[in-house]
Amino acid sequence: MRAIAVFLLLAIFPLVMQAMDNLFYVSFASRVLIYAIAATSLNLVLGYGGMVSFGHAAFFGGGAFVVGILAVEGLRSAWIAWPIAIAVAALAALVIGALSLRTRGVYFIMITLAFAQMIYYIFVSLKSYGGDDGLQMPGRSTLGFGTLGNDLVWYYVVLCILAAVLYAMHRLVHSRFGRVIAAIRENEARAEAIGFPVYRYQLLCFVIAGGIGGLAGALIANQSSYVSPSLLHWIQSGTLMIMVILGGVGTLWGGVIGAAVLLGLEHLIADYRIAWLAKLAPNYQDHAGLAVGIVLLTIVMLAPEGISGFFGRRRHA
Amino acid sequence: MLELRGVSKRFGGVVATDDVTLEVTRGEVHALIGPNGAGKTTLIGQIAGVLATESGRIIFNGADITRQPAHARVAAGLARSYQITSIFRRFSVLDNLALAVQARSGTSFHFWRPVLAERALFDQARAIAGEIGLSTRIDAVAATLAHGEQRALEVGLALATQPQLVLLDEPMAGMGPEDSQAMIALIAKMRERVTVLLVEHDMDAVFRLANRISVLVNGRVIATGAPAQIRADPEVRRAYLGEELAA
Repeated sequence: MRAIAVFLLLAIFPLVMQAMDNLFYVSFASRVLIYAIAATSLNLVLGYGGMVSFGHAAFFGGGAFVVGILAVEGLRSAWIAWPIAIAVAALAALVIGALSLRTRGVYFIMITLAFAQMIYYIFVSLKSYGGDDGLQMPGRSTLGFGTLGNDLVWYYVVLCILAAVLYAMHRLVHSRFGRVIAAIRENEARAEAIGFPVYRYQLLCFVIAGGIGGLAGALIANQSSYVSPSLLHWIQSGTLMIMVILGGVGTLWGGVIGAAVLLGLEHLIADYRIAWLAKLAPNYQDHAGLAVGIVLLTIVMLAPEGISGFFGRRRHA
Repeated sequence: MLELRGVSKRFGGVVATDDVTLEVTRGEVHALIGPNGAGKTTLIGQIAGVLATESGRIIFNGADITRQPAHARVAAGLARSYQITSIFRRFSVLDNLALAVQARSGTSFHFWRPVLAERALFDQARAIAGEIGLSTRIDAVAATLAHGEQRALEVGLALATQPQLVLLDEPMAGMGPEDSQAMIALIAKMRERVTVLLVEHDMDAVFRLANRISVLVNGRVIATGAPAQIRADPEVRRAYLGEELAA
């Protein structure tokens, strides 16, 4: 019920903005929703699966580059390019996961990070596809009808995909598979001892999350028709991780809340000048990261279970 | 049913199990006793498949399982319980047991249908809860259970996988007399349908439950036989039982 109310609000939002002649916020909101999808996919491995992957940017940025490169090469249909982005990201997750999941703890964190950084450097050195400068696409993907170029249409497409991803996640975590994943997070040795092949379940969870991450990447490439290699950088992995922790690890809405709060904060600090603060530190807005950090610290200290903890929902066991 | 042939395990230079040959026959409660550090838990780990076996063979129902991973052995009907309680602490009792039932009832690579719709899983889990005396506690979160209840759940998780042979590693560890009696009753009841390999320090329990006893000292089996035989064996008395019986 609450989910339906939230989606109704999100559906009305652009109409209100249009009435107020403020379409910038529609575009900004699309960006937030795309990050919400990416953070939600990370939450599946990190929160529900208990696998602290520090390389999720590989799938997010990877999906973006697949769509970007295909567009530059003339393949602009969303029906073809996006599934390819998902498949490539899932395949990358299969390879990275198959090797990383043989390790545990800090080693797992470092290996996933290392893989993602390798992919980052590969794309930075791919001069034919932009290299450092990133890749400019000829425009958004095409659907065969209507146009994704319209920011309102684009917003609703992204919103529908987010709704579908959240619903699928909801089904997944309450399915047999979801229970096994949660059990492995709780007590891996015992999960194996009652007969679950732990490695296979973890790997599949990693692959599903990678695929959804690739889908989010396909969307972010379309958001501004530009693919930056920074989407693959470890800072991107860190940003997604902060969103998940901020919103609520292992909660359905954690990724959405985290993305909204983090991106909202960054925007507020950069765009609204606080007079008294500016007197003390005239260029404080150039160092938004510091201010964001302080706010994040406060939130995490006050809500160790993430913001969704405030809403009184129990963590999924 | 279960046959160990010359099974050994070394940790660096330390020999934990040394050329162990042992047979557990269908329908019996076979107790494995021995002083602390004799290698009992190591042997359980090797049979369960958590510890690699470097030399020797493990045969279960006629099939060589020496190289099989732990989860495959459970699928073949071999379950274990732990000496140090290992349960899903943030799950309810019912969810703990339902999960173990799920592990042995078809594939769990289902991504869409809610588990809660599978009545059969939870019916079986409730039946197991009744068996282990936790009927009234099924909704309690496992971490909040009393020690004796957690031990019962520990054994219940093994039972819920519907094993043919269950390895119980000191099920009575840390229990008071009352809980111990309940556990003895539980094992006495489960023997009707499950073969049991029981590691236990409580000699009262061992002599009441076991059909046969094997004695492990310094990683070696020094004797196997009926309880009366073991009680009378001079070597066993010297190596182990003397101190226990005197205590």
